[in-house]
Amino acid sequence: MNLEASAVEKWFLRGKSGSNRFFAVRKTSLTLESGKVCVLTGRSGSGKTTLMNMMAGLLTPDGGKVILDGQDLYAMPDDALSRLRNRMFGMIPQGADVLPELTVMENITLVQHIYRNRAGSAFSAEAEEGGAGFSSERCEKLLEQMEISHLRDVQAKELSGGERRRMCIARALAGNPKFVFADEPTSDLDDENTRIILSMLRQAADKGCAVMIVSHDAEAEAYADRKWRMDAGQLQDI
Amino acid sequence: MLFKMIRGVLFHQKGKMLLIAFTIALGASLATGMLNVMWDVGDKVNQELKTYGANIIVKPKDSSLLSDIYDVGEGEQLSVAYLNEEDLPKLKTIFWAFNIVDFTPFLEADVTLPGGSEAGIVGTWFNHHLSLPTGEELDAGVASMRSWWDITQGAWLDEAEESAASSVMAGTLLAEREGWKVGDEITVTGSAGEKTVTIAGIYDAGGDEDMQLFAPLDLVQELTDREGKVEQIEVSALTTPDNELALRAAKNPSALSSRDYETWYCTAYVSAICYQIQEAIPNASAAAVRQVAESEGTILDKTQLLMILITILSLIGAALGISNLVTASVMERSKEIGLLKAIGARDHSITGVIMIEILVTALAGGVAGYFLGFGFAQLIGHSVFGSAIEMKVKVIPIVAALIALVTLAGSLPAIRMVLRLRPAEVLHGGQ
Ligand SMILES: Nc1ncnc2c1ncn2[C@@H]1O[C@H](COP(=O)(O)OP(=O)(O)OP(=O)(O)O)[C@@H](O)[C@H]1O
Ligand SMILES: [Mg+2]
Repeated sequence: MNLEASAVEKWFLRGKSGSNRFFAVRKTSLTLESGKVCVLTGRSGSGKTTLMNMMAGLLTPDGGKVILDGQDLYAMPDDALSRLRNRMFGMIPQGADVLPELTVMENITLVQHIYRNRAGSAFSAEAEEGGAGFSSERCEKLLEQMEISHLRDVQAKELSGGERRRMCIARALAGNPKFVFADEPTSDLDDENTRIILSMLRQAADKGCAVMIVSHDAEAEAYADRKWRMDAGQLQDI
Repeated sequence: MLFKMIRGVLFHQKGKMLLIAFTIALGASLATGMLNVMWDVGDKVNQELKTYGANIIVKPKDSSLLSDIYDVGEGEQLSVAYLNEEDLPKLKTIFWAFNIVDFTPFLEADVTLPGGSEAGIVGTWFNHHLSLPTGEELDAGVASMRSWWDITQGAWLDEAEESAASSVMAGTLLAEREGWKVGDEITVTGSAGEKTVTIAGIYDAGGDEDMQLFAPLDLVQELTDREGKVEQIEVSALTTPDNELALRAAKNPSALSSRDYETWYCTAYVSAICYQIQEAIPNASAAAVRQVAESEGTILDKTQLLMILITILSLIGAALGISNLVTASVMERSKEIGLLKAIGARDHSITGVIMIEILVTALAGGVAGYFLGFGFAQLIGHSVFGSAIEMKVKVIPIVAALIALVTLAGSLPAIRMVLRLRPAEVLHGGQ
């Protein structure tokens, strides 16, 4: 299953009167394929996060389409897109955002609880056919792999930066998504943490996931199947 | 589970929820207090009026004519016409009989006291027992219509006692001048005879009555040879404040359309009651004690307007307070809400949790506020009207509806904020 962006672009208004269009992403086309890790690098402000958000169904492009299985994400009703994000996408935001008052385990299982009725959904069958789907064993295993099992009942706000990131990876992978978007998942982390996180993402891809990583880390490129560079809103193959 | 989790994310601040509950409790208490007082105040003012004496005075037709023409004071013995004592119970046969709460006749005369000086004597009922044809039993008289009189010695003259027929009550100034005390026997001489009476009590009325004697009606009739006659009747009636219709009717009831006439006749306007008294008692002219009746109406209107304003303002205040608190909560949590949305939570799950949480808080605050407000109402009742405020059941659904409305209105900006929040804009990075 592929996620395909065709000629997406995004601009923001700048200047006093808001009259100047500033293009964060210029007409860009790319495809995320199952089993592949794609790494996107580029200078700060070049539009990496903007592009990733458009791919992840979080930001409506000003031009072009993002197509999954022949379906335009942004032509879907809000509810359906939310459900799709919940079932198919795993998101690791740049800020490693967590729900601070919930425990690590709650943070991870929340994804599952958002839609109680799993049957009868267009995507549930697909979500489950690929693997174990969502189960507590899977969560426990992820905690173990991310080396945060001992923290499962600790409130997320008490975690260190590295633990937080690892928890975000576990949350993103817990629902057994088809696509994983990781926005600088290893920034500011030591080598040990970086290695754990990148190898987890690689494993996910090996199991059939399409993984998109934004990273400045040279090490990330070692795990990549495809590499892109973003330059002032323009995407280039490298 | 999801509810519990989202709730945990959004409402971890107990203090803020407490503040919201407190704001709502305050609004609810003011609304409850004001509405209860407002609906009770009409009855209260009327009862107040009753304790302050009559609001209708009935005189013989001719006497009112005479005093109007010659502009004579009440003390002067110009009135040549009388009402009949036997007609008094007819007051309780009019359409608005149940609104007639008390009445008493008066017959005045001058008597010569033992020392040779003169004093006014007023014949009246004290607690005259009436058994009406309708089967109603009633004690009417000055004991209840002048209930604020201070009895400095002795007690109210009790007509049920056998000695009542030869007892009087004396005003405090007169008693002082004459050196009387309770139990003294004095002989009073009227135009048609003399009688020895016992002083049953001394009162302080704070007015002209303090220089007079109050005696049973029969006694004064006997002293002046006016058997069965009374000069005027004071009536205490519960009335509906006048409106435009009542004012038109007061001028000339026969000019009303039959429909208006019906409405007017069947409403307890003071003019309608006066009209019916005149129908019931031959040769009588009944008039409202105007100033009191009118100011009663306007004061009532103004008080109620004031209370409605206070209610509205307090509810607007509560809505603004809630809106501030809820919006601040949502703003503070925008990152978490963005994350919830990013991982697929739908808008209505999030707004639903917010609404339920706030409505539950509002319910708690509202219930507390209701009882608080009821306390308020009692406080106002006791300090302003000297009596309890009756609990009006209709206030409960009204306050509940107002609070629900205020809570919803107050939550609206926050809900809009949640709906507009785009995850991509809040999940920008930076911790
Ligand atoms: N909501 C927004 N409103 C206005 N401008 C925006 C908005 N989001 C992003 N931009 C602008 O678009 C450009 C690209 O932003 P983006 O976040 O995609 O950069 P980035 O490549 O992820 O940078 P970094 O490596 O620092 O995270 C930036 O110049 C930014 O100022
Ligand atoms: Mg970025």
